[in-house]
Amino acid sequence: MNQWLKIVGSSVAVFAALLMIWQLALWIFHVPPYMLPSPLAVTSVALSRFSSLFASLMITAEESVCGLIASIIVGVLIALLFAQFRRVRQTLYPYTILLQTVPIVAVAPLILLWIGAGTMAVAFIAFVISVAPIIANTTQGLISVDENLVHLFLMHNASPSQILFKLRLPNAVPSLFVGIRIASGIAVIGAITGELYAGSSRVGVGGLGYSILYASSQLQTDYLFALVGAATVLGFTFFFLVMTLEWYFLHKWHESARAPETT
Amino acid sequence: MTTVPQIEFANVSKRYGSASIILEGIDLRIQKGDFVTLIGPSGCGKSTVLKLIAGLTSPTQGEIKVDGMTPKNARETLSYIFQDPTLMPWRPVEQNVGLGLELEGVSKLRRQEQTAALLKLVGLEHVAKFYPRELSGGMKMRVSIARALVTCPKLLLMDEPFAALDEMSRNRLNEELLRLKAEQGWTGVFVTHSVEEAVFLSSRVIVLAPHPGRILEAFPIDLPFPRTAALRETPEFGALVAKVSRILRSTVPQ
Repeated sequence: MNQWLKIVGSSVAVFAALLMIWQLALWIFHVPPYMLPSPLAVTSVALSRFSSLFASLMITAEESVCGLIASIIVGVLIALLFAQFRRVRQTLYPYTILLQTVPIVAVAPLILLWIGAGTMAVAFIAFVISVAPIIANTTQGLISVDENLVHLFLMHNASPSQILFKLRLPNAVPSLFVGIRIASGIAVIGAITGELYAGSSRVGVGGLGYSILYASSQLQTDYLFALVGAATVLGFTFFFLVMTLEWYFLHKWHESARAPETT
Repeated sequence: MTTVPQIEFANVSKRYGSASIILEGIDLRIQKGDFVTLIGPSGCGKSTVLKLIAGLTSPTQGEIKVDGMTPKNARETLSYIFQDPTLMPWRPVEQNVGLGLELEGVSKLRRQEQTAALLKLVGLEHVAKFYPRELSGGMKMRVSIARALVTCPKLLLMDEPFAALDEMSRNRLNEELLRLKAEQGWTGVFVTHSVEEAVFLSSRVIVLAPHPGRILEAFPIDLPFPRTAALRETPEFGALVAKVSRILRSTVPQ
């Protein structure tokens, strides 16, 4: 517990130091506020425009969550298919790597064109960008099973579905979580990227991406900073939620989920 | 009336692909209730013999009968213990032990009864709810033994199960294994690198030679059962260990 406090304490100290350097830089170099607003200005605009900031945050959160959940469902299903049929895996696996290397910035306008701007399209962009790591990690977990355990199952005349659900799937849970952890971060990036192109489907409010674009066109740099901060908070919250889930499912048996080493 | 031998190899050869011959011309009969140990240098195909008996691989030539049946059909009557405990880390001990029964569709209630009985037999009832990572190496191996015995096998195949353990744990587990055999009456086929272990456990020790894998010599071990730790200190035991060691040395070119 003491250890934990120390870690949190030093992280907070770093944050405070950064804020101080930021404020000092403003005083020393006389930077105009439309270039770089002061931390105080950012905080005050975040508070005064909290309701629209929060609304934007929730829109982006909704889109990223939808995209991420779709990634998890589709990714796991594809991985199961890959694990069961070697030929399918060998044929299609390169395409999942392709999916990962597709520049989402270039594809986003196309998706918007096909689906039509809106929550669905943005969630779909978040899905496209986040599904590859889930497929890759889950497949790895499903196929890297101790050969002797497979032998053991075979000696008890286990059916292919028993081997899949009682052996391969539980074996893949730790790697699935690695995949989700990576995917949760990039789903948020995907959603914000999508919003940059999608504009707003609701009058007056849009997600963080839309609002960032709008604030920068209006030179509301302080609000822009608040929005970026909100995006960071969103990504961090996702990461924290996934870590908590991972701990919940794995702490009893998996080495990686044990208490952090005390060095 | 002659009884069907538990295991019968008739002129069995095995090669992988067109590559080197793993086993050549193996003739072997193991009677019910025997405890036979295969010993030999690396590359003599000891583990392959076990895999053939379990039907995990098929012979290139010759015929194998297990309990009068093909190995695949005889699978239900045998259990296998690997060199590593090979436990499923996500399952607590009792669910690891109950795996075989679960796969064979035994009801949950009977599963729990049999699992509890087996855990008691190997002295692990106090860790039934523990996860494998919380156990020592020796305890994990006992869980592995319990898992193999829970289905009441007629035949137990063991592939260097105690190789990774320290000598004390190994000796204790050897004694325990003989006690379990006396209680349950299965036939045992054991693979090891340790001559002492082979002599202590077996009613017969078979020395294999490599390149190609073949049977060099078979020794009946006429030491009386039940065997206890004290047996290891008798001159008869020492003489047998020396005899087997001598033959084993001759398999490795100087």
